[in-house]
Amino acid sequence: MMPSPWRVAERWDETADTFTVALEPEPRREAPGFAPGQFNMLYAFGAGESAISISGDPALPGRMLHTVRKVGTVTSALALLRPGDTLGLRGPFGTGWPIESLRGRDLLFIAGGIGLAPLRPAIYHALRHRTAYGAIRILLGARTPADLLYPEELANWRKSPGVACAVTVDRGDSDWQGHVGVVTKLISSINLDPRNSAALICGPEVMMRYTAAALREKGLPQESIHVSLERNMKCAVAHCGHCQIGPHFICQEGPVYPLNRIAFWLAQREV
Amino acid sequence: MTPSSVQSILERSRLQDLFDVLHRRGYAVIGPTVRDRAIVCEELRSAAELPEGWGDLQEGGSYRLQRRPDKALFGFAVPTNSWKEWLHPKRLKLLDAHRNPDGSLRFTPGDEDDPPKLAFLGARSCELHAIAIQDRVFLGGAFTDPHYAKRRAAVLIIATNCGTSGGTCFCVSMNTGPKVNRERTPFDIALTELLDESGHRFLLEAGSEAGAVILGELPVRAATESEVTAAETLVANTANRMGRSLDTHRLPETLLANLEHPRWKEVADRCLNCANCTMVCPTCFCTTVEDVTHLTGDHAERWRRWDSCFNLDFTRMHGGPARQSGQSRYRQWLTHKLATWHEQFGSSGCVGCGRCISWCPVGIDLTEEVRALRSP
Repeated sequence: MMPSPWRVAERWDETADTFTVALEPEPRREAPGFAPGQFNMLYAFGAGESAISISGDPALPGRMLHTVRKVGTVTSALALLRPGDTLGLRGPFGTGWPIESLRGRDLLFIAGGIGLAPLRPAIYHALRHRTAYGAIRILLGARTPADLLYPEELANWRKSPGVACAVTVDRGDSDWQGHVGVVTKLISSINLDPRNSAALICGPEVMMRYTAAALREKGLPQESIHVSLERNMKCAVAHCGHCQIGPHFICQEGPVYPLNRIAFWLAQREV
Repeated sequence: MTPSSVQSILERSRLQDLFDVLHRRGYAVIGPTVRDRAIVCEELRSAAELPEGWGDLQEGGSYRLQRRPDKALFGFAVPTNSWKEWLHPKRLKLLDAHRNPDGSLRFTPGDEDDPPKLAFLGARSCELHAIAIQDRVFLGGAFTDPHYAKRRAAVLIIATNCGTSGGTCFCVSMNTGPKVNRERTPFDIALTELLDESGHRFLLEAGSEAGAVILGELPVRAATESEVTAAETLVANTANRMGRSLDTHRLPETLLANLEHPRWKEVADRCLNCANCTMVCPTCFCTTVEDVTHLTGDHAERWRRWDSCFNLDFTRMHGGPARQSGQSRYRQWLTHKLATWHEQFGSSGCVGCGRCISWCPVGIDLTEEVRALRSP
């Protein structure tokens, strides 16, 4: 499957090791729409491809945002791109958050670190259709206050009616007055109606495992807990075999799964 | 002429005619021959290149050529390499990326040419099942692999019923052989090699219109009833001489209920993680990609090549590989092949060809591993 050229319209740093690129099709053409939680394969010239979640607003598909953490060869090459540069894009791929089927429910968005990036399109969608959903809670965990993604946006979300946000960090700094500790600690303090809530979780696998367990203790059924998984991916079309976890091709059926479909495999080590 | 159950006889002395007809029709013939003291599949120019009088001795971690007492051409178990080499190439250029003077990028496909028309001569029933499995992987899902699709469409299959079984064969356990079955795995022509006091000849059966047309161009005669019976008996005897067996009863459930069985560690202590089993496996389909740039910096290529779940890098993410231990990688391979494959593609991923047993440098035998995993 061939990539198509997209132009970097804007690029900015988010934190010390993360940045966002806003991409537009080059030459100008209609952009494919995307569903919250889907991802693209971004190709940096000569360096290779990487699976990157779409972090922008699904209502504005012509300006595709990707928030990337600089961790390997490809993401480091993507980090060097500047406005006007072009890259290759294949996608969007995968099955995203079932946000439409969650209408009427209270939503709990729980993110660890860069896990907020794939959740943000779902948050945008819920806020854009605010009256379609019940209470919205956003629980975030970050390594340090400086690693917290989208702080300005977070401040805006806090001001939205019926939206509550809580943040915790692994290590505070001298100015930090908020929570310190893992994101599961934030769950113990909240009241949720297990029959009418849904949780959307993205973060490191171990964080999702503990978070899901904490939500189960609160009475939330597995079918109401959605997790976004991550695996090495090469093809994104279920042919290269890299992203398998048990019988699941994460790139196609996933990356988002209701917990009941993936719980068995999530509980295994090294699968 | 339409496919029929009418069977014909082609004399050994006229086998070259089959090559001539195929060549005239534009097919390159891929078939078995002896190279590097093993029987391998590669392009054959004539019938003289077939492994006349050669058999093979296959055991756990062992492969030896052996002279046969007769001049059989297909008197061995399975060749070293499988047909996936031609349908799902080891290395394939996916694209060229060009950087224009203004810095913009342009992409051109790397695999545009029409594939050569190939005749697979001597594909066995287990191998036809392996091809059918890869068909489901590459053509049966939401996305079609265009590289596989066009190669597959250009292949003519001349199957062989097995007249001999190897020490590591277990197709009977997997219900994939040794007799080819047109209903389950289509072929164009099937041949059974007959070698007895009445001479050396091939019983041919057309499995498709294309096969029937080719048969029509060969100097064949109608098979006698006794020749048809002889062929049936031959294959039935082969089925009774499998070197290995695998109990498939409730196998997926059993394996998935034993993901923490101590045997995984025990087998991992022997496994070298060399990936040989996945390279010789006719159904293993995993690939990775490599990006290369020209020195000018304005041209890059993207290549796809076979990969293996035994490689540490296979599951590497920013936090390290998901499958760090050798034990987890062996477990992935075996449980994928024999358990989770069913859920993904509706069948086992194993066809019982035995290559992974023969070509394992330390002789790990999956039929033995399954037996051990079945016992508590």
